[in-house]
Amino acid sequence: MDRTFNIIIAGVGGQGILTASEILAKVAMEVGLDAKKSEVHGMSQRGGSVVSHVRFGKKVYSPLVEKGACDIILSFEKSEALRWVHYLKEEGGKVIINDLEIIPTTVSLKLDTYPTNVEEQIRDKAKAEVILVPATDLARQAGDARTANTVLLGVISNFLPFEDKVWEKVISDNVKKETIEVNLKAFYLGKNYYKK
Amino acid sequence: MGKKELLSGNEAIARGAWEAGVRVATAYPGTPSTEILENVAKYKEIYAEWSTNEKVAFEVAFGSAIAGARSMTSMKHVGLNVAADPLFTSSYTGINAGFVIVTCDDPGMHSSQNEQDNRRYAKFAKLPLIEPSDSQEAKDFFKEAFKISEMFDTPVLFRMTTRLSHSKTVVELGEREEVPLKDYVKDFRKYVILPSNAKVRHYVVEERLKKLQEFASQTSLNRIEEGDPSLGIVTSGISYQYAKEVFPQATFLKLGMSYPFPVDLFKKFASMVKRIIVIEENEPFLEEEIKILGYTEVEGKKYIPLCDELSPEVVRKGVLGAELPHPEPLKSVARPPVFCAGCPHTGIFYNLWRLKATVTGDIGCYTLGALPPYESIDTTICMGAGITNAFGFELARGKDFSKKLFGVIGDSTFLHTGIPGLIDIVYNKGITKIIILDNRITAMTGHQDHPGTGRTAKGEPTKAVDIKEIVKACGVEKIYEVDPHNLRGTRDVLKEVMELDEPAVIISKRPCALLPEERKKQAARPKRKVNPDVCRGEKCMGCIKLGCPAISMKDGKAYISELLCVGCDLCIQVCPFGAIS
Repeated sequence: MDRTFNIIIAGVGGQGILTASEILAKVAMEVGLDAKKSEVHGMSQRGGSVVSHVRFGKKVYSPLVEKGACDIILSFEKSEALRWVHYLKEEGGKVIINDLEIIPTTVSLKLDTYPTNVEEQIRDKAKAEVILVPATDLARQAGDARTANTVLLGVISNFLPFEDKVWEKVISDNVKKETIEVNLKAFYLGKNYYKK
Repeated sequence: MGKKELLSGNEAIARGAWEAGVRVATAYPGTPSTEILENVAKYKEIYAEWSTNEKVAFEVAFGSAIAGARSMTSMKHVGLNVAADPLFTSSYTGINAGFVIVTCDDPGMHSSQNEQDNRRYAKFAKLPLIEPSDSQEAKDFFKEAFKISEMFDTPVLFRMTTRLSHSKTVVELGEREEVPLKDYVKDFRKYVILPSNAKVRHYVVEERLKKLQEFASQTSLNRIEEGDPSLGIVTSGISYQYAKEVFPQATFLKLGMSYPFPVDLFKKFASMVKRIIVIEENEPFLEEEIKILGYTEVEGKKYIPLCDELSPEVVRKGVLGAELPHPEPLKSVARPPVFCAGCPHTGIFYNLWRLKATVTGDIGCYTLGALPPYESIDTTICMGAGITNAFGFELARGKDFSKKLFGVIGDSTFLHTGIPGLIDIVYNKGITKIIILDNRITAMTGHQDHPGTGRTAKGEPTKAVDIKEIVKACGVEKIYEVDPHNLRGTRDVLKEVMELDEPAVIISKRPCALLPEERKKQAARPKRKVNPDVCRGEKCMGCIKLGCPAISMKDGKAYISELLCVGCDLCIQVCPFGAIS
């Protein structure tokens, strides 16, 4: 593989973003690629926006995706996808969005408004392909609503050059033993959701 | 070839410490440095402690180094300010066994109160400075740092930044080298820094610096990467990665040991290239060293911003004047950090907001009390200042003003640097009132133990210091304990102490809502629900003003998220219409 993949995973603190980005980077590492991922801990965790950059290829320098170079945004929450669209490539970018809205207190206090028409905005203004995924529903179907992050990994796996058995191995190595089965189920529900 | 793992810079340092034969490691938690000691503590061969503060951490580890054990201490950038006193003198005494100080700077201030560039400490204290640029280097250079420390009889400053500490990159692991304890020989002229000895030692420091300067041009930590001679880039740390991304063809002077500046190596590099640009985050540290040598045509901060964090696009825009083509930004919603559902601080700041008190704050999760909906913190400066700033307000504005004045500080922070401030108030006849937010953990940095929790960094049970007894011993006679989730009871106590003509301390006692024991209790409680027929919605907003992330407005009525609610009863207490159950 000659090219470098640039992926941004976004969401809200507590949604399992760091676990997902860890699995993605380790999948790349498992097949012998150089991989880097970057995120920030600390104050930004407390219910705030969380973002993780994942890059892999033959040789990766910056752990941060450069603005204008992102191939895929994987957003665990609807409005969080908007925050990063300008990091996408000018053409051919993809945005996978969990169909979930988390309303910040500032919106309830009427200090801010929650964005509408997220899908249309991204499609029309950023010219990116948008894939809306009912990840929480699919996760529930898999047996645990908390596996929404694995569902989303399943969706993104359709666009990445890794075999299923590699995903299976890395997922199994990185989740609690008793949740391996439900996570693998969630992964395939996500993978097949897009295929359908 | 060794086994490969995906490690954060902080995890890599911990591994490097283990491989380097480190015996003693100390730290005080602080983002982005915390995970270093957390991971060091997992190695049975290394003694690891959460120290009371950074000065204590420094001195404990330094004592071990003098006594013959390879030792390390780690802290965030502002933590090194607290430890600056021993830092400067440790340079004079030198070490016995290797001693490495890790400073984790926070360009971009993701979780910090300033953007100080601690490379300047190396020059100020005349210490060698090491800057890795990924996790592999963090591990390898950390081992090298101990060799340099012992070779030159000097503490070594090891500088990380947030992007290095918290990025994960591939690391090839090595094995532990057992380093025996060095002999300890009493040496009055070296370790007792009386003025007569210090005078002699200063000459030693200056001589050492000259030798280190020569070494900097020879060490493998510094290298020239030959490329296109039309552009030469001088860089270090994470900036190297961004520069390589944007200018893969250029010739690089890549510095892993950036102070003392490798003069000879630089001169060689300068003779190879037509144009030189220095790419570094924050201060023009390398640029100044180069310009002092007379290379005034070298450029750096002319293109690279001094403020905020670098990134590939900032480097590209700075030097080339343009970014990669990209879509226009779209507007999202601001999502500032908030108190968690069930957070004990909610009860305190809700009440302070209602009382319209003047509040001097401190460093911790509770700093969020400065944001909407409470907006009830007036100042936040540094660890310990919640107490001392309040007393300063009292002195400036008088005792009447001070009735509605509170200093707030967390439990770990109180033990860190709060105690001297409290003694100061009592000793100097103040009446300032202090609230200690005792949530039984160092919460902000991700739940580290402290001297009040009864557990060590290794998870072993230990004696827990009693905050109330400390307050008493400071000379405070009016001490109150409240449960912050009892809103009325807490408000009554706040009102009562406001009338006192003497200092008072309120200890707000409730564990952090994210602690495992608390989570178990939460799971057993029913989730709260709003009865929309009773709720007055936007006419009231009483529960919204709690600032609980589980509560929002939906279709004109209050709504509690089942996913986020932890079943505390704060919202029930504030609803004037009994709409929540």
